[in-house]
Amino acid sequence: MRDTRANRYWQANLKLVLKLLCIWFLVPFAGGIVFVDFLDNYRFAGFKLGFWISQQGAILAFVGIILLYIRGMDQLDKKFSGHSDSSEPSNLEGVIE
Amino acid sequence: MSVQTWTYVFVFLSFTLYIGIALWSRVGSTKEFYVAGGGVHPVANGMATAADWMSAASFIGMAGLISFLGRDGAFYLMGWTGGYVLLALLLAPYLRKFGKYTVPDFIGDRYYSQTARMLAVFCAIFISFVYVCGQMQGAGIVFSRIFEVDVFTGVIIGMAIIFSYAVLGGMKGITYTQVAQYCVLIFAYLVPAIFISITMTGQVIPQAGFGSELLDGSGYLLDQLDKLSRELGFATYTEGQRSTQDVFFITAALMFGTAGLPHVIIRFFTVPNVRDARVSAGYAIIFIAILYTTAPTVAAFARTNLINSVSNAEYSAMPEWFGKWEATNLISFDDKNGDGRIQYVGDADKNELTVSADIMVLANPEIAGLPNWVIALVTAGALAAALSTAAGLLLVISTSVAHDMLKRTLMPNISESQELKFARFSIFLAVLIAGYFGMNPPAYVAQVVAFAFGLAAASFFPAIVLGIFDNRMNKQGAISGMLGGCLFTASYIIYFKLANPALDSAEYWIFGISPEGIGTLGAILNLGIAYTVSGFTPPPPPSVQILVENIRLPN
Repeated sequence: MRDTRANRYWQANLKLVLKLLCIWFLVPFAGGIVFVDFLDNYRFAGFKLGFWISQQGAILAFVGIILLYIRGMDQLDKKFSGHSDSSEPSNLEGVIE
Repeated sequence: MSVQTWTYVFVFLSFTLYIGIALWSRVGSTKEFYVAGGGVHPVANGMATAADWMSAASFIGMAGLISFLGRDGAFYLMGWTGGYVLLALLLAPYLRKFGKYTVPDFIGDRYYSQTARMLAVFCAIFISFVYVCGQMQGAGIVFSRIFEVDVFTGVIIGMAIIFSYAVLGGMKGITYTQVAQYCVLIFAYLVPAIFISITMTGQVIPQAGFGSELLDGSGYLLDQLDKLSRELGFATYTEGQRSTQDVFFITAALMFGTAGLPHVIIRFFTVPNVRDARVSAGYAIIFIAILYTTAPTVAAFARTNLINSVSNAEYSAMPEWFGKWEATNLISFDDKNGDGRIQYVGDADKNELTVSADIMVLANPEIAGLPNWVIALVTAGALAAALSTAAGLLLVISTSVAHDMLKRTLMPNISESQELKFARFSIFLAVLIAGYFGMNPPAYVAQVVAFAFGLAAASFFPAIVLGIFDNRMNKQGAISGMLGGCLFTASYIIYFKLANPALDSAEYWIFGISPEGIGTLGAILNLGIAYTVSGFTPPPPPSVQILVENIRLPN
């Protein structure tokens, strides 16, 4: 990358995506598959915990991940367009062309 | 009114609505035909994405399969929704920024190669065909139920309707029809689930009823279901039967596959900008989660009801629904011990009842004795699910042929109206071929679809992700990766499902991974080959590096 601001934006973007992908991996694969029998020892209401994660909880986690992503990216966009030349709407594109 | 009359009313009303929308939004340009002019509101696109993506397999097949798989069925739930996360985080915003019409467009431009473009065209067409067959079969099952004819005649009727509808619409028509279809299908899915939850547990919200005590005083629903299953010699419902690594790989294959499905990816080309692509992914996952968290509740309720109503019951005294589904060959009863009663047990030698997983959702409201209009509503919802996905897939096939193969490769000089004609003609051919496979399907609805996912996982997902996140990746790497991943996955599936079905069991599988889960290995193989080959070949030209830097920035 020639421009440092575009580069910084991309790095911040990658960091956010990586964090969210960790949750994306841990909840279903660890909670819903690998450790499911262990988690089934814990119960709430009529559910075994592991069973609930695999059939309900993981999906709710996915909704949360995407909502966090939208919020995080909005904040990034705001931060990186709010710099010195913020009057220019296409300032990010301008620097790499 | 009878179920039959209600069904005609609902199907007629919903079809009138769809055709009305398609007529209202008829298109004149290829941009409108391919991406609805790129001006769809994120909420509308979210609903359309949800309808596009929730297929006949999700609506008709999934809860039924979970009913019979128990906890293992979660790989459908987690796999399909988890893949959506990958799509939203790794693909959708960047492909929207790229801003062309199709997935082969991206692959062809990013990897500066007509070979890569044609390979992508081939994969898109193949995946869409496999997937659309599942939809045709799903629509066939529903039609055979409505008109009480066999699946063959049902598929013919389904073909005719999907065809007239997809050609009229184009992407613009398809988008707004899918919005309507989402509303129909989610209403049709929730109403019976809520009814059953109230009658069995007193809870209005099925997700809460799922973990509640039954009103008949026999304890928690899931505990009772476990007990019934054990008593009859079936596997315990809330325990897994498949090996952990198999479930792991199937889930991952469905995830990578979902993220690589071309008909879902192109939905993000229709919104005005990158931020709208992200926001519409958010709406879509919420709309999808409403159905996906309800499906396992339907599975458990339906299974409990089925066992309670058929187990050891007098065959001659079975209610009307039993005979109706027997007529479609989706339920069959063989009185092995000649006592006139239905023995529904886990032991294959003594079991007398075979129930196809495909009918669980459709028959569920009848088994539970819900009002006639609810039973009819489910039929309309199932048709909405099958039609919306089929339309999206047929559009991919037609854009692949007319845009990627003809306009961008073989016949670059054709005019826009000629391109539109080719697009419409290719939909026609696609419906015919899909109809044939719909009548001669290789497996259950949801399993057919699982194969499409495996191939999407092994081809598109790695190639697109590398194209965005690794600007050193060159055409040699991407092409050999896609070829290797696809060949491996396809031959594994063909070997176990077509050539040697007798060997299709855990002892012969590689690492104990079933053909449904092999797409994960295919994707890993694709990545490995791509990296190795690109390491020994020259980097992509500077123009491509600029393209990559450009799609990484939102505006």
